[in-house]
Amino acid sequence: MGQKGSIYVARHVEELPPSGIRAFFDLVLGMKDVISLGVGEPDFTTPWNIREHAIYSLEQGLTSYTSNKGTPELRKDIVKFLAWRRGLVYDWDTEMLITVGASEGMDLAFRAILNPGEKVLVHEPCFVAYAPLVKLAGGEPVPLVTTEADGFKVTPRKLEAAYVKGTKALLLNYPCNPTGVSYTRAELLDIAAFARKRDLLVISDEIYDELTYDFEHTPLATLPGMKERVIYLNGFSKAYAMTGFRLGWVSGPAEILAAMTKIHQYTIMCAPITSQMAAREAIRNGMKDVQVMKREYNRRRNFIVSSLNELGLDCHMPQGAFYAFPSIRRLGMSSIDFAKDLLDKEKVALVPGNAFGSQCADHVRISYASSYDNLREAVARIGKYLEARRKQGLRGHIGA
Amino acid sequence: MKEILEILMNDARTTPDEIAKMTGKSASAVRSQIKKYEQDGTIVQYKAIVNPEMVEGNQSMVRALIQVSIVPQKDVGFDHIAERIYSFSEVKSCYLVSGSYDLLVIVEGGNIQTVAEFVSSKLSSMENVRQTATHFLLKKYKEDGKIFKVAPRQKRLNITY
Repeated sequence: MGQKGSIYVARHVEELPPSGIRAFFDLVLGMKDVISLGVGEPDFTTPWNIREHAIYSLEQGLTSYTSNKGTPELRKDIVKFLAWRRGLVYDWDTEMLITVGASEGMDLAFRAILNPGEKVLVHEPCFVAYAPLVKLAGGEPVPLVTTEADGFKVTPRKLEAAYVKGTKALLLNYPCNPTGVSYTRAELLDIAAFARKRDLLVISDEIYDELTYDFEHTPLATLPGMKERVIYLNGFSKAYAMTGFRLGWVSGPAEILAAMTKIHQYTIMCAPITSQMAAREAIRNGMKDVQVMKREYNRRRNFIVSSLNELGLDCHMPQGAFYAFPSIRRLGMSSIDFAKDLLDKEKVALVPGNAFGSQCADHVRISYASSYDNLREAVARIGKYLEARRKQGLRGHIGA
Repeated sequence: MKEILEILMNDARTTPDEIAKMTGKSASAVRSQIKKYEQDGTIVQYKAIVNPEMVEGNQSMVRALIQVSIVPQKDVGFDHIAERIYSFSEVKSCYLVSGSYDLLVIVEGGNIQTVAEFVSSKLSSMENVRQTATHFLLKKYKEDGKIFKVAPRQKRLNITY
């Protein structure tokens, strides 16, 4: 069909904005010997006991479908874990669905709740998939732009300003990819009050919850009056370094979960059994490794943020996840130009901010899910790059 | 585990300035704490872990684990005889263990004969040593938490959301 094939593509898919930085990604993916701070997944390998459990399940011949919702054992284990770890109480049979990553849960949530044209408040900057998934589900994303000035936080004032009639839900991701922003219980109480006042559902993507450094993570659903309106998304990818296992879960009101399960059973059938077996080991015996990795990320966070600020790239302190989101405004160039030039001259890869929102062209996302050797070398190279610009009389150095 | 020690145990090359950045402490506080650790013997030594198989011309070094059964002495128990044993430079490590023997001694030498000679002439003949059993190490898979395998290639994609 060749070029002509595009006429067969559905209009609403054709019209989805292609990622503006696809070409840059392709450039990085094809390059060798790059020091990459552009990776959105842990650099740790899945802990051995979890991998060993997956292997053992294969040896036992566990290769079948499971119940659509996931094995009862895993659902019970997660429910138990959530009650112990977060004080979050769900019914394992009616309020828990095992998904192929939190990403599937996100897709199911929008498809299950949105009638054509219904609106979803989506904060920016944010993970790239939210707005396209809302559109694919027939809904309309309404941007809620957060800025550096208020630390990229969603606040009641911002929410009120962005709210439009016909808004059905709010998407909230915390700790946030790409900003690392998270919220204290007090801040969440304000957001919850707004959701109740406007009678909104909240799709709460808490996939980075275990990587919260400065305070205890509070799940939105534990706040008064919120459990009945929160669709809670989480998974194993980030905390347990299990991205490739593609395993997540959704919890929420039984009626919504039933609707999501309907879509899930027609499209996915069930999450892979090997991953579900691995996940059981993770949820039962994984917390020690999670804490070790978290301590390591925390040190890297402190190291990279302090190094970036020393280099003159203003960077707020992220409270969670494994990303720093420094400003490159003082360089007087767009983040995509900066990313390309840095890649070209110093072979350091990072992600331009405009990947995460239209208003983020003067920020870049730096992932510190990388070894110290890499982080040290990357900081040295960025320093060298900035120094070279300074010598050429271009902007970009401290005091310039 | 104190955080500075944890960082250094993982990578002794980490500079005080870097540790300061990682932990939010001041560089001078980190420096003086490290100095304290060095002086009070908390930090014993900084050294590299080398995979001997990768070192050219060094493949003839052999190691043996030796199980030593001893007769404990009045008042000093095992400590005195242990000291006599671990003071030999050939002894790389020495542990008192529970079970069917008493001391686990790790000995290194240029070849099997050297180690065997050390065991028969120095160790077995020692007063209070009842019995020894020598196990030569054939291959090192893991030591002090580090796996001796050539680092695998980068498995992640270079860039992802």
